[in-house]
Amino acid sequence: MRQYRPKDNVQKKAYHTSRFYQVPTQPRFEVQKGSHFDDVVKVLGDFCKEAYISLNQLVVYIDATTNKEVLTLLRDECGYAQCSELSAIDYLAQDGEFEIFYQLLNLNNASRMRVKCRIKLDQAIESVVDVYKSANFAEREMYDMFGIYVNNHPLLKRILMPEDWQGHPLLKTYPLQGDEFASWYEVDKIFGKEYRDVIGPENRDPSRIDRYDTKRFSRVGYEVPFGADISEGEKPNPIEYSETVLVDYNKSSKQLDERR
Amino acid sequence: MQQPNKLTPFFENINFERDDNTMVINFGPQHPSAHGQLRLVLELEGEKVVKAYPDIGYLHRGVEKMAENMMYNEFLPTTDRLDYIASTANNYAYALAVEKLLGVEVPRRAQVIRTMLLELNRIISHLFFIATHALDVGAMSVFLYAFREREYAMDLMEEYCGARLTHSSIRIGGVPLDLPKDWISNLISFCDKVEYELEHTYNALLQENRIWKMRLEDVGVLSAEDAISWGCSGIMLRGSGVKYDIRKEEPYELYSELDFDIPVSNRGDSYGRYRLYMAEIEQSIKIIRQLIPMYKDTKPQLMAHAPEYISAPKEQIMTQNYSLMQHFVLVTQGMRPPVGEVYVPTESPKGELGFFIRSEGEPYAYRVKVRAPSFYHTGLLQEILVGTYIADVVTIIGSTNIVFGEVDR
Repeated sequence: MRQYRPKDNVQKKAYHTSRFYQVPTQPRFEVQKGSHFDDVVKVLGDFCKEAYISLNQLVVYIDATTNKEVLTLLRDECGYAQCSELSAIDYLAQDGEFEIFYQLLNLNNASRMRVKCRIKLDQAIESVVDVYKSANFAEREMYDMFGIYVNNHPLLKRILMPEDWQGHPLLKTYPLQGDEFASWYEVDKIFGKEYRDVIGPENRDPSRIDRYDTKRFSRVGYEVPFGADISEGEKPNPIEYSETVLVDYNKSSKQLDERR
Repeated sequence: MQQPNKLTPFFENINFERDDNTMVINFGPQHPSAHGQLRLVLELEGEKVVKAYPDIGYLHRGVEKMAENMMYNEFLPTTDRLDYIASTANNYAYALAVEKLLGVEVPRRAQVIRTMLLELNRIISHLFFIATHALDVGAMSVFLYAFREREYAMDLMEEYCGARLTHSSIRIGGVPLDLPKDWISNLISFCDKVEYELEHTYNALLQENRIWKMRLEDVGVLSAEDAISWGCSGIMLRGSGVKYDIRKEEPYELYSELDFDIPVSNRGDSYGRYRLYMAEIEQSIKIIRQLIPMYKDTKPQLMAHAPEYISAPKEQIMTQNYSLMQHFVLVTQGMRPPVGEVYVPTESPKGELGFFIRSEGEPYAYRVKVRAPSFYHTGLLQEILVGTYIADVVTIIGSTNIVFGEVDR
């Protein structure tokens, strides 16, 4: 029977998991009263849906529609002046949602926090470029990698992939080796889709090595004319150790005589 | 007018002159001063840049995607290829993030070796910066001298881990090897040499050099607010007067026990940043000198003891059955960190290099996000280049010290 492979997550899976294996969970801590993070949670007030501390960093869950207000509040009231990272996690297979996280840094007291929110597949998120300029590139990358639309971004277009690319590579549905479009990308672009049959899957990879290809590869010791067809078998040509490799400049040299 | 078709695509460069009297030029992606595959589309008014659009992605290899399809230990050598000038810093940042996720304590000797390697790597990276930056600006001889010292540093690296560029010298949970014989004495003589050369060659050649100063002073001025808002880190941030070094503010490894200064410059220009790179080499040497006596006091354990996640030492694997079984499971199936997520920042030679890892308890990470400093410094180019002259563009790109393995990932 063929093995069942889920379509919604085609990434590599563990090939074996013990039946009795209990997955441990990272400890989460309450926000301590009177600490800096407690002040942050108080400033956020109703915006904050859930807050905990993980590895000395505050993690706050908010509503996705309030992301810009929350980040403005954090920047102006709590001193989180830098957004050091911003990206998404694909939870489409489990919950049909993306999780977007903003990793913030307070340079005054060296504290870091993570603001997280969830959006549905067809939902867009508001851009935070006005709050943190570093979001400019980061949001473009998020759009490129996950296809999450960012509203009011100054220039929302692909950043790492080519502009005419189809699909978003970091989605769990996107295979590691690329999809159909990716494998024919160069052929489609240079020659056109109709040339897929002419070129064929065996020729689309420029790094492919074909042992019968006499146009791009020389055959050291088995030289044949350029472009000769050798698929039927080639003329046997055993390697002969050439005498001319040792250039005998003066034939009567003692060294050469000894070697002979 | 051009008639683009499939074989002759639209070339932006054919028509230089535009209606509004500005000229659009393409800088890169194959440009020796672009430090890799940076394509900058510059809109010029005379000699002045009125708009800059950095176009990246020419070195995109999908490192984050690969991380989702590789076991944690398997992915470590891939991190070499991020910032290929400072591979150890990448290895370390990744290893530290996974260790934080696992909650593993690294033995002290491994910590000393790691810190030594990190600082040695910082010297390698900074020497490379000085060499290429000077070459971009036009000082050829500095390039030769700096690369000479960099070779010695890479010899040390090679002696330790066998590789000169892609080190993979750090493992999750410690380091793979102890320091070789005579390595410490070689390191001391290297430090002496670099210290001497720093004073007598680089500083003598550059620091008060009139042409160097004219090319660098007040070029690429970045205010502190902009630096913070654009996500700058490392020397780009400290060059604008913000005293923030992750080694000092959020100390990891042995940096809390070490005595070193954080050089800061209020100038905000390329010259200030260049001076910081020079000062940081001095500080790195100071750190290495402090680490050498520390090494002698440590016990020989190199890898953390966490049998659930990290293989036992080789002798134990070869002699004890249970260790062999554990090792077999860890190699074939991989370690399974707890469910959770972690973001760990480290101070790489380029700036804040952080790894965000989301784990679902599987041997494959659910999401790995590499927070690369150069990515944000490239984003900054679209603002910092506007209003400068075209001759300064190369200086500013060199001064940001971006590496494209890290930008495109």
